[in-house]
Amino acid sequence: MGTERKLNNRRKFFQTSAALVGGTLLYALIKPFEALAQPKEEEIKTDQANLAIWGMGVDLEKCIGCGKCAEACKIENKVPKEPFYFRTWVEQYTVKNDGTVIIESPNGGIGGLKQSVPDEEIFKSFMVPKLCNHCTKAPCVQACPVGATFISPDGVVLVDETYCIGCSYCIQACPYGARFMNPITKVADKCTFCYHRISEGLQPACVEVCPTDARIFGDLRDKESDLVKFLQVKPTQVLKPHLNTHSRVFYNGLSSEVK
Amino acid sequence: MEEHYKHLYEALSQVDGYIYPNEIDLHWGLMIVLYPYITGLVAGAFILASLERVFNVKVLKPTYGLALLTALSFLLVATLPLVSHLRHPLRAYEILMTPNPTSAMAIFGFVYLWYLMVVLLLEIWFDYRLDFVLWSKKSTGFKKFFYRTITLGINDTDKKSAKLDDKLGYFITLIGIPSAFLLHGYVGFIFGSIKANPWWSTVLMPVIFLFSAMVSGIALVMVIYMVVSWFRKVAIDMPCLDTIAKYLFYILIIDFTLESLDQIHRIYEAEESFDIIKVLVSGKLNITLLIMQVLLGTIIPLIVIGIFQVYKPSEKIRKFSYFFVGILVLIGIFFMRWNVVIGGQLFSKSLSGFTSFKAVYSGLEGYVMAAVWLIVPLLILTFLLWLMPPWKKVTMHE
Repeated sequence: MGTERKLNNRRKFFQTSAALVGGTLLYALIKPFEALAQPKEEEIKTDQANLAIWGMGVDLEKCIGCGKCAEACKIENKVPKEPFYFRTWVEQYTVKNDGTVIIESPNGGIGGLKQSVPDEEIFKSFMVPKLCNHCTKAPCVQACPVGATFISPDGVVLVDETYCIGCSYCIQACPYGARFMNPITKVADKCTFCYHRISEGLQPACVEVCPTDARIFGDLRDKESDLVKFLQVKPTQVLKPHLNTHSRVFYNGLSSEVK
Repeated sequence: MEEHYKHLYEALSQVDGYIYPNEIDLHWGLMIVLYPYITGLVAGAFILASLERVFNVKVLKPTYGLALLTALSFLLVATLPLVSHLRHPLRAYEILMTPNPTSAMAIFGFVYLWYLMVVLLLEIWFDYRLDFVLWSKKSTGFKKFFYRTITLGINDTDKKSAKLDDKLGYFITLIGIPSAFLLHGYVGFIFGSIKANPWWSTVLMPVIFLFSAMVSGIALVMVIYMVVSWFRKVAIDMPCLDTIAKYLFYILIIDFTLESLDQIHRIYEAEESFDIIKVLVSGKLNITLLIMQVLLGTIIPLIVIGIFQVYKPSEKIRKFSYFFVGILVLIGIFFMRWNVVIGGQLFSKSLSGFTSFKAVYSGLEGYVMAAVWLIVPLLILTFLLWLMPPWKKVTMHE
């Protein structure tokens, strides 16, 4: 009888353990798909039709490299002043007569970019403002392990500061160097198109201060918007198109030297 | 904070060419080098144990228990460098609570838990259960308490139950092999799937990680087996040691071939990123890649063990060489991880310049902490070997 009881105990132990382990694993497998099961989708669809899809055009023919956009962005969004943290910055490209390309962006262009190459050596030179490209297929959103970074219904890539664990995987995944680890909040930080401003019907800070209107912000769905008109008239290009990120920042006059 | 800024200003002054301004701060440091290194050791040690059990390489029997306990000791520590590098470590549990299904990193917690709870702990438990029962009768104090608790009340000592343990243990090992492959192949995928980084983004990355993991795990168990034997003052089983070295040799050849293939492919295709990678390899990585990883960690071990396959010198020379080669391989694989993790962040994604890496001694990301994470598993292993010495086992699986 003793043996039998022990065997029964043993069987029970295995049954319970198997049920516990199996249950946990099953739960873990199902959990990520929970979102699919909830009937949220339809709700969003009707909402989305009325929503804007925000995007930006950058007219490189107009940019003078004054760096006001980068400066305004830092002030507006309380980005640390140190020269390692930028939500937007301006690069100066100089192609020399011998074909070498020099790229510079001291302090992100804040204070104005100055040419370091003597005039007679320059073949051509131009400025390129950079920012988060708000990709439709954003590699950072794909990579975030907890879903703290996401695309808002109006097409802006955002970070939930209360949720980000600070693993930096999104920073590694961004091909454009548009993200940084904020040393104060200790979470991933990036351009939000000034979400707090555009939600109130205002323009992003960088667009507002640009003295030459080199940045055009608008709704890609609104056929009457300045942005759509810009895209209609100018031959635009996105950065690193081969990576297939479907970016929503479009450049006019983008030269092949730009990386 | 001031220290960090000072550090960054120094890095800024050393930038070579052009890098995006946000790239001056290197986000993944020593802790992320350790993470694939330690998980690799786990997967490799486990696969060595499976060779004996599933693939029936009986000559490896003396290292079976040792390999399992080594795998467990390192696995217990594997997540700690990872969590300590998070800027918000207290939110780490969110990876398990709300994993993002599209993220390569999100699944790590589950792969890790599966491997720890289902594979390693169960296999060790089935292997030791009968011994725990028998040991609990003979020992006193903490050991007795531990043995009695860990049997979970299953105190059968008859032949039938021993056979069941053996069968279930075998079954777990069978599941364990693909799990070990998954564990480390998956770690490779975390890097290999980043299309933004041409140094990481290669389909071979998971396979390379897997084979380098096997190499490092086998080398680790080989070295630990020798050290433990010296401490116990028992003779080293030479056929066993020779066989481990033979496997190390073959798997190192596969690993080296795969990595060479990857590099040859890059050189031949010479894509947009090739120019900067060429400068990276010949410049910033020349010591860690060409000297540490390729020459010391691969070529010298291959030559030494290769010679032993055709000409066997005296036991003494062999023992010394195996120890030496084991250490070299462990250093080589450490630098392989270094070259992937740090190397991949040294060049700008603008493909136009380089930043520099300067490790610090103190702090959570420093050398001292890195050494701690490598020593702690050895302390755990020492404790486990004292608590459940494989050489004192009464029972052995068939």
